[in-house]
Amino acid sequence: MKNEYDIIVVGAGPAGSITAKTAAEKGLDVLLIEKRQEIGDPIRCAEGVGKYNLQQHIEPDPRWICADVKGSRIFSPDGTMVEMAEEISGGEVGYVLERKIFDRALANESALAGAEVMVKTRATDLIIEGNTVCGIKLMHMGEEYEVRSKIVIGADGMESKVGRWAGINTSVKPEDMETCAQYLVANANIDQEFCYFYLGNEVAPAGYIWLFPKGGNKANVGIGILGSESGEQRAIDLLNDFMEKNMPEARIIEMVVGGVPVSGTIDRTIANGLILVGDAARQSDPITGGGIINAMDAGKMAGEVAVKAIRNGDCSEKGLQEYEDLWRDTIGKEIDNSLVVKETFVNFTDEDLNSLAKSLQNVNFTSMSLMDLLLALFKANKKLLWNLRGLFKDIVKNDIDFKYRT
Amino acid sequence: MSIIVNKYKCGYCGACVGVCPTGALELIETWIEVDNKCTGCGICQKVCPLGAIEVDR
Ligand SMILES: Cc1cc2nc3c(=O)[nH]c(=O)nc-3n(C[C@H](O)[C@H](O)[C@H](O)COP(=O)(O)OP(=O)(O)OC[C@H]3O[C@@H](n4cnc5c(N)ncnc54)[C@H](O)[C@@H]3O)c2cc1C
Ligand code: SF4
Ligand code: SF4
Repeated sequence: MKNEYDIIVVGAGPAGSITAKTAAEKGLDVLLIEKRQEIGDPIRCAEGVGKYNLQQHIEPDPRWICADVKGSRIFSPDGTMVEMAEEISGGEVGYVLERKIFDRALANESALAGAEVMVKTRATDLIIEGNTVCGIKLMHMGEEYEVRSKIVIGADGMESKVGRWAGINTSVKPEDMETCAQYLVANANIDQEFCYFYLGNEVAPAGYIWLFPKGGNKANVGIGILGSESGEQRAIDLLNDFMEKNMPEARIIEMVVGGVPVSGTIDRTIANGLILVGDAARQSDPITGGGIINAMDAGKMAGEVAVKAIRNGDCSEKGLQEYEDLWRDTIGKEIDNSLVVKETFVNFTDEDLNSLAKSLQNVNFTSMSLMDLLLALFKANKKLLWNLRGLFKDIVKNDIDFKYRT
Repeated sequence: MSIIVNKYKCGYCGACVGVCPTGALELIETWIEVDNKCTGCGICQKVCPLGAIEVDR
């Protein structure tokens, strides 16, 4: 470890590793720190990702792919199923990852690109001079150090403190946090080519239960509920109920817990000498809870903007504004859309969900896109989904056909 | 006022850290530390997926 770097990246999740790799590839002097002694472990994830989006960042490698997924099956409270499956050749549109290996592979890529990586190294505060972030305080093996940099990247995930230290309030309200529990189970007995989702206020209030295939008859069986719904019945209790009723044969071989911020975008993700990326910037999707791809996309943008800012000699908030604009224009727009959908769906009763599912009984989906599903729902239930009309304004007006058939 | 984290139950996920309005919590490898900024608001207790936190009043 040196006393000074061009950039210091705090957190070696997907956001941090991609940021570090992008900046190191362009010749910057990069330090990537991770507080845990093992990158990627324990996981806090159901490990589902879209194939196409992933390939924009890294070549898929069988060492960290557990299952190929070609569709989803969504169950409403009364058991009505909506199936969406891709009909393209080959069929697989998504992967279920082994994130312990995946996260490590990404960190390895950043190391190969020239970044210095340190584990068991925790940022404890920022060095702030005037109103500019100039580095971090860190603890490594019980010793404290100060390390300076032109830019600090906060990629410290859902439990992020880096933003808060810089005066950006990233704390999440209970009604904006999905509280989650998951088991990796053997004897899952599900079709390994499908992801399963169970909706309903009894099984998962303001959330859902998921079953993602992990290969070899294994699956990630998990639940997320809104923090505001948690109390007497917690995520773990509801998950145990579900397993008992629906999967008595399943055997638990790993336990996972975590929180997913579903607040939608926050006001600011940059400061003088500072950028926030991934879950630290609350960039996960409010409806699916997915955040891996957004974290990687944002990491790439952050790395590129950091390189420019350092070359231009302007790492002030103004010099970093391009990052803010870039992500809001892409990831941010999707998050805003999803937030409208989330706010509509959390108010639905079980009857509403059942009637939505029934309205799709004769629709044969040939794509797995959430927007396609929503559009079909909207067309069949305009009154119930009136809040979502803005999302489909152009599509409905121009009668553009989507990838599903009735 | 403070909180008690049952370290035998905690799954060190950090969800409590993300919701704490005062930034009183920190996840260090496999345990949670609480500092004197804690107001005893109970939000962390509500959100914990495992019910590992109790507010000590
Ligand atoms: C139960 C659950 C299921 C999920 N399922 C999916 C899914 O199926 N698909 C999907 O796309 N997303 C899913 N997500 C979301 C996904 O896991 C996150 O969005 C993603 O990991 C965000 O990546 P990140 O790099 O921003 O943060 P993280 O992956 O959380 O990485 C942050 C890293 O920073 C480290 N760190 C934190 N503080 C410090 C510090 N002070 N100093 C040093 N290091 C620090 C942490 O130890 C951690 O390694 C799920 C989340 C949960 C909880
Ligand atoms: S939310 Fe609960 S399980 Fe997670 S770290 Fe906090 S106390 Fe532990
Ligand atoms: S009780 Fe409130 S202030 Fe105290 S640690 Fe929990 S969330 Fe933070």
